[in-house]
Amino acid sequence: MYTTEMDKKAADAGLAQNDAEDPAKVARFEERVAADEFIEPNDWMPEAYRKTLVRQISQHAHSEIVGMLPEGNWLTRAPSLARKAILLAKIQDEAGHGLYLYCAAETLGTSRQEMIEALHSGKAKYSTIFNYPTLTWADIGAIGWLVDGAAIMNQVPLQRTSYGPYARAMVRICKEESFHQRQGFDLLLQLVNGTPEQKAMAQDALGRWWWPSLMMFGPPDDQSPNTARSMRWRIKRETNDELRQRFVDATVPQAELLGLKVPDPDLTWNEERGHYDFGEIDWAEFYAVVRGDGPLAKERLKARRDAWDQGAWVREAADAYEAKQAQRSLAA
Amino acid sequence: MADPLFEYLQRLGDDSLILAQRLCEWCGRAPSVEVDLSIANMGLDLLGQAQLFLAYAGEIEGKGRDEDALAYHRDAAEFRNCLLVEQPNGDFAQTMARQFLFSLHRELLLEALTASSDTRIAEIAAKAVKEVRYHVELSSDWVIRLGDGTDESHRRMEEGLDWFWRFVDEMFELDALETELASSGIAADRRALRGEFDRRMTEVVERATLEVKPSQWPLSGGRRGRHGEELSRMLAEMQVLARAYPDARW
Ligand SMILES: [Fe+2]
Ligand SMILES: [Fe+2]
Ligand SMILES: [Fe+2]
Repeated sequence: MYTTEMDKKAADAGLAQNDAEDPAKVARFEERVAADEFIEPNDWMPEAYRKTLVRQISQHAHSEIVGMLPEGNWLTRAPSLARKAILLAKIQDEAGHGLYLYCAAETLGTSRQEMIEALHSGKAKYSTIFNYPTLTWADIGAIGWLVDGAAIMNQVPLQRTSYGPYARAMVRICKEESFHQRQGFDLLLQLVNGTPEQKAMAQDALGRWWWPSLMMFGPPDDQSPNTARSMRWRIKRETNDELRQRFVDATVPQAELLGLKVPDPDLTWNEERGHYDFGEIDWAEFYAVVRGDGPLAKERLKARRDAWDQGAWVREAADAYEAKQAQRSLAA
Repeated sequence: MADPLFEYLQRLGDDSLILAQRLCEWCGRAPSVEVDLSIANMGLDLLGQAQLFLAYAGEIEGKGRDEDALAYHRDAAEFRNCLLVEQPNGDFAQTMARQFLFSLHRELLLEALTASSDTRIAEIAAKAVKEVRYHVELSSDWVIRLGDGTDESHRRMEEGLDWFWRFVDEMFELDALETELASSGIAADRRALRGEFDRRMTEVVERATLEVKPSQWPLSGGRRGRHGEELSRMLAEMQVLARAYPDARW
């Protein structure tokens, strides 16, 4: 999640030659990873491992930051003070997640500046889900319940990912994600027990967020060529389809509890498999959103660029002040 | 005339609420992730303070209104916040100038209120003063950093402060209502806080290599519900859902 894997093929092709690294070092690395040892910043690692990680972690970081926008869209209109405070605290957590993740990625030798420039130039990706609009207050519930719910599915296994700083960031993040999911579910529970308009709002939100949430797990396994290597390197611990299935299995009963209808006519419990069968995802839409053709893709990126550009003078001033202070303490 | 304590608690609560709402407008748009975090942090503190003061206000009024009824179902003219906090964010320098002037006054006020004869007020103040002390620190740091940063940030910080001098006096006004409450030890004498405010404010502004320029024509009226043009627009946004579905609970 948060990693769309679209640009993987191109990037990895260029890395193939680097795989001809010192075979002894590679073997030692593979051995350590296979033994579930953590790889730390100063340890030797194959270039492809480093690049894949930087891409994955920075995409995750960007997703946390861009993800503040759709929720922030309702912050000023939150209908009670308690809800406003919960939402603000939640968005603040996401900013914190972005920060932990940028720091984790920086340990791999890429600066935050470079990562942010890659985001703003459209080179780096973020989760497709945040390019969908939040149209009603119920969307805030749907995001917490489904989007953070999907995030948990994906991130819990990443607490055991092979790169130490990433795994440790995930431990901190996962602690907060369950609060995010609960507040979303609780918000919707209040709506479905409320007025007919509120209940309709909740149903409408599920109708719009269900499929994009399933897309968060990325392309199907047979179109995800690097899964095998990422699994071997413990950058990924379960496949996209496995995680997606687990999400559906966990979420459908919660929808029933809310009395809401999942917008999938093919959704049925499969006794034999012990899982829900569900309908085909609209992969054409998924790839379009990944390409940047999502409903609010341009607006999200513009909002991030504007914030960054409009804040440039502040960051410059902070640097200038720090430099002056350093000089002063030297002179003193 | 409404209960003076009810009036006073609305003043205390509305100052926090309206400033929190302004800070919420920054969400996801700050100059860095760290700044976004710190603005959210202050917003959360202020929201919490607003909830406590307004909940108490509702109890004192005794008409069954809770903090949400007060926040979402009063019109602009019923709000009792000072004019400073309702002013639009402007750029980051302006937001920090507003935050600094408000927080410094608020820290002194809350400190005094920890000795209020009303134990509920004293308790809320004791909790809130710790939070606001940190807001003073954070916003002072930005006033200094921007004032003494680059030419551009110096100019912007100067403009930011200059925008707000006219709203400072109102925060230290003691009208008949507060005079009476202060005489019974419930409210704090705002005028008594001015000397310390000026001393500390001047110190920060001078460290920022800027000048204090007191207003020749101070503005006031917020405590009586006479607000500027921006408040009703801000409330229209804040209250839209609660007003559109008056029977709903959220
Ligand atoms: Fe997060
Ligand atoms: Fe996340
Ligand atoms: Fe989250």
